[in-house]
This record gives sequence, structure tokens and C-alpha cells, in this order.
Amino acid sequence: MSVAILSVTNIERRDPVSGAVLLHPTSLQLQAGEHAVVMGPSGSGKSVLMRSLALLDPIDGGEMRFLGEPVATDDVPAYRCRVAYIAQQPGLFAGTVEDNLRLPFTLRAHRQRRFDRGAVVPMLEATGRSASFLGKAARDLSGGEAELLNLLRVLQLDPSILLLDEPTSALDAAASAMVEALVSRWARRKPAEAAALWVTHDPAQARRVGNRFFRMDGGRLEERAGLPAAARVKAPEVAP
Amino acid sequence: MNAPYLELSWPSLATAAALILINGAISVALRMGLEGKLAMAALRTVVQLLLIGQILEWVFAVERWYVVLAILSAMTLIAGRAAAARGAVSYRGMGLDAMLSVFASSWLITALGLFAVIHIDPWYRAQFAIPILGIILGNTLTGVSLGLERITEELLVRRAQVETLLCLGASRWEAFRLPAQQAVKAGMMPVINAMTVVGVVSLPGTMTGLVLAGQTPEHAIRYQIVIMFLIAAASGLGTVSAVLLVYRRIFSREHCFLYRRLEERKAED
Repeated sequence: MSVAILSVTNIERRDPVSGAVLLHPTSLQLQAGEHAVVMGPSGSGKSVLMRSLALLDPIDGGEMRFLGEPVATDDVPAYRCRVAYIAQQPGLFAGTVEDNLRLPFTLRAHRQRRFDRGAVVPMLEATGRSASFLGKAARDLSGGEAELLNLLRVLQLDPSILLLDEPTSALDAAASAMVEALVSRWARRKPAEAAALWVTHDPAQARRVGNRFFRMDGGRLEERAGLPAAARVKAPEVAP
Repeated sequence: MNAPYLELSWPSLATAAALILINGAISVALRMGLEGKLAMAALRTVVQLLLIGQILEWVFAVERWYVVLAILSAMTLIAGRAAAARGAVSYRGMGLDAMLSVFASSWLITALGLFAVIHIDPWYRAQFAIPILGIILGNTLTGVSLGLERITEELLVRRAQVETLLCLGASRWEAFRLPAQQAVKAGMMPVINAMTVVGVVSLPGTMTGLVLAGQTPEHAIRYQIVIMFLIAAASGLGTVSAVLLVYRRIFSREHCFLYRRLEERKAED
């Protein structure tokens, strides 16, 4: 079996103030082509897991390996380029959509690369938008457009793993479909080296995007063979 | 040639102090209810200044290094405490960071001013050390407190931006840079503004004091120029130190943004 892209063993998190366990020792391996879905009630630790995997919050124990290698302190920025966390509420910066897309290339981690308009425009077109979207002011974007920009900004950097933390929870059906389409396009283009972890509350979305299923409850992650019965999608309005 | 110094008599002081009645009259006329506060403020002005006058007279008379050092330390402690007192956001250790920034920058620049520019001898001459450190502390305290206030608020308000940058592969320094620029700018603005209008709109304290004490304007201006640059350097250094100390507290070596360490202060009544 090939080396997992991301392999975590017994990582745990505690609240730095109260000491309460936020994430019980958790192990997980993500192989190329896997699209894992994490479901569970609010406050159960889904975001804690995602932020831990992105090394956004300090973990209190356990080990993380990327492509078989432990992640050294100095390599955290480079790791985050490969294991990209997509937050529910993206941070946008003053200027246009294009200014925001160019922003990563001002960082040391991407200094060898340049903004490639030719790579971005087809992604935009895949969501039914023209290149004129690039000139739109970031402050005028709707919630769906802001999430689209956030996703484009990450996808142009060609990450290996996407950690999608409820990216569509505040979006309407059309905008959600757009996000899913973009992720799916990214995954199709690099089937041998891409994996995703989705957090969602929507069983229909879980079914559409996932091929592995997990449930998080009280800080414990448990893999399920499929979507649990309670989470199954209601059948579409079709006559029996 | 020095102009004669006109000594103020107690009746003259009483005449000036009576001007507080104008503020009192305004308060009564507009029903502002500030009479009590005005009376207390007037009383404090007189008592505090008379007291510090007595202390300084004694310090100047004994001229002992340990007495001067004790006074300078007390002034620094009070300024350091005041520097961390403002702002809607705080964090554990903010008082210490404010104190360190105020202390290190003020003492370094004051020492430079006293020994390399004014050349005082002996090094603890109270007549120079106390007022110069005092004026530098006052301005550094403003810079440090504005810098701390701005950086903590910027980090909370821009949390999504800071985390987005980290997610895009920014180092902790790259993620901190934008809020830091805003905070240092805020901390240095009062000094830059003061330097821009000095002598045109305002005649600052040092110069006014020296002229009133009988010095020629030219001599007074030389001191004022030295003081302005000392203030600018100390204030800038203090602001940058405070912002860098926040950086060390709120960003871990693993490039994590420890935003939970920032707490909104409970509103005071």
C-alpha cells in the first residue's frame, strides 16, 4: 500500500485554560483519492480536528506525518501550503478579487511562483463566471462569492489535501454546488495525489462528495461504513 | 543676554487659581453638574504640584545618586502601569510588556541624551535627569499604550485575515506584519504630529519653561530640538518593543495564532 498523504496518530487537544479534552486521541490516514466526510453535532470537535490537522492550533500530543515525514516547526508554513484549510468565514483583503488572488505570491512560501491568470480563468468559467469577476471589489462580494474567492485562492496553489470546514454552510444551493464543482474539478485533475476532508451538516452533500464517512461526537472520531441511517438523505420527491 | 526671571507671589498664584471659577460658572450655567469634579481637580493640581515641588527641592539639595535613581524608578513604574491600562483588549502579561517597553526605551534614550548630547556631570544630576526622563516617559507612555491598544484590537478584528494568511502558507511574522504596521503607525502618530507643528502652532513645554525662566529663545530652542528628537526616538522604540512583545506572546514558534490569549476587557463604569 502506498504511503498515506496525511497520517496522524493519537493527536489530542485540550482547552488551554480549563484543561478540558477537546479532541480525544485520534488517528486517521488519508490516501490519495479519498474524500472523507466528518459529520456530528455542533460543538462536537469537528472544527477542532480540522484546525489541528492544519496545525492552526497547537496539538497537545500525538504525531502527524505528511507523505511519511514528521512536520518540523520550521516547515509548518510549507505544510500549510500542501494541507490547505478552508474556513467557513474567509478572510478577505482590501482591493479586487485579483488582488486577493495575488496575495499568496507575496509570501515567502510562494516566492518562486507567479500569479497565473490563465489557470484561474478556467476555474472561474467552471463556476459560470467570466474573467470580469477578477476586477470586482472584494468588499462587494456576496457570501457565496467570498467563499468562491477563498477556494480559488487556495486551489491556484495546488494543495495536496483540502480541509473543508463547512465551507457551504452559509451558502444557498447554487453557491454550494459551485464550491463542490470546483473541489471536484481539482480532485479530478490530480487523482493520484489529492485527498479531501469535508465537514458538513448536510447528509445530501455528504453523499455527493464523500467516499469515507466519519462521525465526531464529544471529541471522539469514529469511522462508519457508510452514512448512518439517521443521516441518510430523504429520498427526492419521486413517486414510489 | 538672559531676561530677568519674574518670581510669582502667592497672591498671584491665587489670582490664577481663581480662574477655575470660570469653569465652575460654565458648569452651573449649563447645568453640567461638574462643580464637584472641578473643585477636586483644582485641588489636586495645587496639592500634587506643591508636593512634587517640595520633593524636587529636597532631591536637588541632597543630590545623591540613589535618591535620584529611586525617583526615576518610581516615575518609570507609574508610567509603565499607566501604559497598559487603556484599550478594550488585554492579555496575560500585558502589564509586564508595557513596563518593559516603557522602561527600556525611555532609559536608553534618556541616557543617550544626558551623556552623549547634554553631557551632564555627575551622571545623576537631578536637575537634568528627572525632568528629561519625565518628559520622555510621558510621551513614550502615550506611544506604548496607543501601540498596545491598536495591536490587540487589530489582531482580534483581523483574526480571519491573520488566519487566512497562515493557511496560505504565511510565516507567523508575515501574518503579523499588517496589524503590526497599523499599530506602530498609531503609536508614532502623536510624536510625528507634534514634530510637524512644533514652533508653528504650539510652543512646547521645555521651550516655554526656559523662556519664562529667563533663557534666550535661541538657547530654549536648542533644548527643545534635543527634547523633540529624544521623545521621537523613545516613543518609536517603545512602540515597536511593545508590538514585538505582543508578537512573542500571541504567535507560537509553530506559527500558530494564539488568539485565545486576547481577552476583551470588562467595561468600566
